[in-house]
Amino acid sequence: MRRTFAATFLREIFRPLGQILIFITATGLVLSAVMLLLAVLLRGSAIDQALIGRNSVDLLTYTLANLPQVLLDGITLGFVYATIALGYTMVYGVLEFINFAHSEIFAIGAFVGVEVLIALQGAGVLANSTGFGAYAWLIFAMLCGMAASGLTAVLMERVAYRPLRNAPRLVPLISAIGVSFFLQDLIRLVESLTTGQFYRVIPSFGNFEDRVSLATIPLAGSTINVSIQNKSILVILVAVLMLVGLNYLVNATKLGKAIRSVAQDRRSASLMGINVNLIISATFLIGGALGGAAGLLYALKFTRIDPFMGFFPGIKAFTAAVMGGIGNITGAMLGGIVLGMLETFAGSFLSVYTMGAAGAEYTDILAFGILILVLIFRPTGFLGEQVGQKA
Amino acid sequence: MATNTLKRTFSRAKDFLQTEKGGIIAIIFTVAYLLVTGLLVYFFIQSLVAFLLFLASGLLVYYLPMPIKAKVIISLVAALVIIPILGIRNIFYLEVMFQICLFSSLALGLNIVVGFTGLLNLGYVAFYAVGAYTWAFFGSQQMYLLHSIPGSQPATNAFFLPADMFYLFAFVGMAVAAIVGILLGLPVLRVRGDYLAIVTLGFGEVIRVLANNLDKPINLTNGPQGITPIQQPTLPQGLQDALRVVLNPLVGHNVTQGEFYNLFFYLITLLVILVVVGVVVRLDNSKIGRAWTAIREDEVAAVAMGIPAVKMKLAAFAVAASFAGIMGVIFAANRTFVSPESFNFLQSINVLTMVILGGMGSIPGVILGAAAVTVLNLQVLQGLSLSLNELRQSGGVIPIINFAWKDLSSQLDPAKYQRLLFGLILIIMMIYRPAGLIPEKRRKRMPAGSEKPKELDNNNNSAVEANQEAHNDAS
Repeated sequence: MRRTFAATFLREIFRPLGQILIFITATGLVLSAVMLLLAVLLRGSAIDQALIGRNSVDLLTYTLANLPQVLLDGITLGFVYATIALGYTMVYGVLEFINFAHSEIFAIGAFVGVEVLIALQGAGVLANSTGFGAYAWLIFAMLCGMAASGLTAVLMERVAYRPLRNAPRLVPLISAIGVSFFLQDLIRLVESLTTGQFYRVIPSFGNFEDRVSLATIPLAGSTINVSIQNKSILVILVAVLMLVGLNYLVNATKLGKAIRSVAQDRRSASLMGINVNLIISATFLIGGALGGAAGLLYALKFTRIDPFMGFFPGIKAFTAAVMGGIGNITGAMLGGIVLGMLETFAGSFLSVYTMGAAGAEYTDILAFGILILVLIFRPTGFLGEQVGQKA
Repeated sequence: MATNTLKRTFSRAKDFLQTEKGGIIAIIFTVAYLLVTGLLVYFFIQSLVAFLLFLASGLLVYYLPMPIKAKVIISLVAALVIIPILGIRNIFYLEVMFQICLFSSLALGLNIVVGFTGLLNLGYVAFYAVGAYTWAFFGSQQMYLLHSIPGSQPATNAFFLPADMFYLFAFVGMAVAAIVGILLGLPVLRVRGDYLAIVTLGFGEVIRVLANNLDKPINLTNGPQGITPIQQPTLPQGLQDALRVVLNPLVGHNVTQGEFYNLFFYLITLLVILVVVGVVVRLDNSKIGRAWTAIREDEVAAVAMGIPAVKMKLAAFAVAASFAGIMGVIFAANRTFVSPESFNFLQSINVLTMVILGGMGSIPGVILGAAAVTVLNLQVLQGLSLSLNELRQSGGVIPIINFAWKDLSSQLDPAKYQRLLFGLILIIMMIYRPAGLIPEKRRKRMPAGSEKPKELDNNNNSAVEANQEAHNDAS
């Protein structure tokens, strides 16, 4: 039975949207429930007493009042991770190898995007643009970053991975580590040769920093203002758009079909007349472009970027991809959202719940703990199918 | 044609060197080379080229066929007499040699995991950190600071332990690192291949972050400021004076206590490296070593043949970790200071680059890799930076493109771009020479009970080489 174009279109647009909504709601609900349960269980304990002594508010009220903001921040971070994770998952799906240098592709996207914005600022364009114009320039910079990242990824595959495609498994991985280190210093070299400094700060323009206030919650004399920055809304919107777009591309177009068939069986795919090298390049292009876009989103959210910025987001996104089931696009989205939320929850509540012994500084290694747990107990991830162990 | 003639001449020369007469010539040549380059370094004490030529004598000793006794004697004289004298004349050389030995030991340890067993460990530096922090904690005054904020001064001037406990703690550090290796291995070794790489990378970061943040609730590591001062073992004054009598005229100045410490740490790492090489060679030739190779080649088949894969992998992790542990203790004492930044991911990649460059699984290769990368890092890149700086100040101009050297950005400083270098080495080696500079030799296993498997160790056996060629092609 042949579906009409419109039906496919609608299905492939609304299905991922629905999935994302379900993932966010489910993760948010589960994590909130766990936190509240903990707060109830710890009522009257030393932790509770310490908090009352310090902030004159009990644990349950504190947790409840902070939850909405933490959820919002978690969702934003989760979408950034999800976007990067797609790059890992797509390459893994097609080549079965961890593209260790994806974190630098991400950094390149951020740097090119920010450099374009700096150039625009220098030309005096940004200062005059308000409202819609600012968004247009941002999108323009993002497209530049995406192009740079995508092309770098393709080049990288051609130079460092393609000659090693039939080598033992560790060989391309080591090569990828080499590419990653090489690119880090290359970015640093280029950036410091031009201005003498290797970090960049995204120019402030438009109304991205403004906050949209959603609610105010009274807490122990003061109030907590639940708000979301314009840029966070933008991050979420762009990420959702890309996730849906990618989902459509992979599931409903001819290119997507070719990518899926190469992922399934490279040899048979080539027998069916698919140009495998071209498809692999296309995969790197798409994954790289998504990574580049994520890079600029990240720069927008955290303002300062440096050549080594990709390392931790990269590792976390990889964890997200593994958590969702590597090779699985929906899984990468789920993993990213779950990891982003977990991390924000840990960053916000860990310090209070451990009475200051451990705090936000441990969020960077939280991802590793999760990764180990996932790999031990469910190596195929939440949504991954059981595949044969490839040696 | 020309290459063929060259090849024939070369092989004829090789055959000649195999003979007894040739062996004597090889010995004479090596000794002469060693003396000449040694004198060159002695008189041109700042010359990088002279020092590199001198270091190349190690290759001669390794490659030229001569009786094993001669090799041992020449190496010992070079290591125990020539290098100390040259090194005290220019103390930087002793530091270079110390680091070469240190990293050789680390690389040999990593080689057990990566080269022999085929498990890519990207967090190897964590074990090094564990060893270093073991001595840093017990060999400093940190014990008195457990409940004070980082950076505070201890109330007492006394150290917690006497300085000579260092020798005991070299072994304690080894044991602690080995235990950590096993503890990490237990959950992690179920994971295979590239996943294992990421998980071990994570472990390395976990150790670093812990070292950074364990200044609260109890101040164990003093946080990002690191622990200092850490004690060095005592050197008896009488021994120093006795050595001065011999060394002062040879090096041309009064040897200071600091220089004696440099010499001491060089000698102690040398001792460790000798033991490590011995252990690794014996392990490689043992049942355990064969099990490791089997796991690397095909884990499923190895398990099917009754090899306890998990146990063997744990053994590999533990042995590798213990090498790093003892070097960590020595490192902490040598620097009298440890901080989390000494144990970042770059260090792990540094050691990995050595293993890859030299040749995974090849013991002489790994040592060569360690020496090459260390010298590149400490001397060649620094030397390039220095000469670029001189060019900038000279006011010269590049002729054809008419570019003034002084306009060259001061950011173009090769010494700072280690990552670029390591990255390039890794990529190029993987594409063009995945087996490394000195590939691992595949020995022919003699059937049980037959005589003398020893002569097969002879590195000029053509059958072995053919075998190895085949291996290279296959990989």
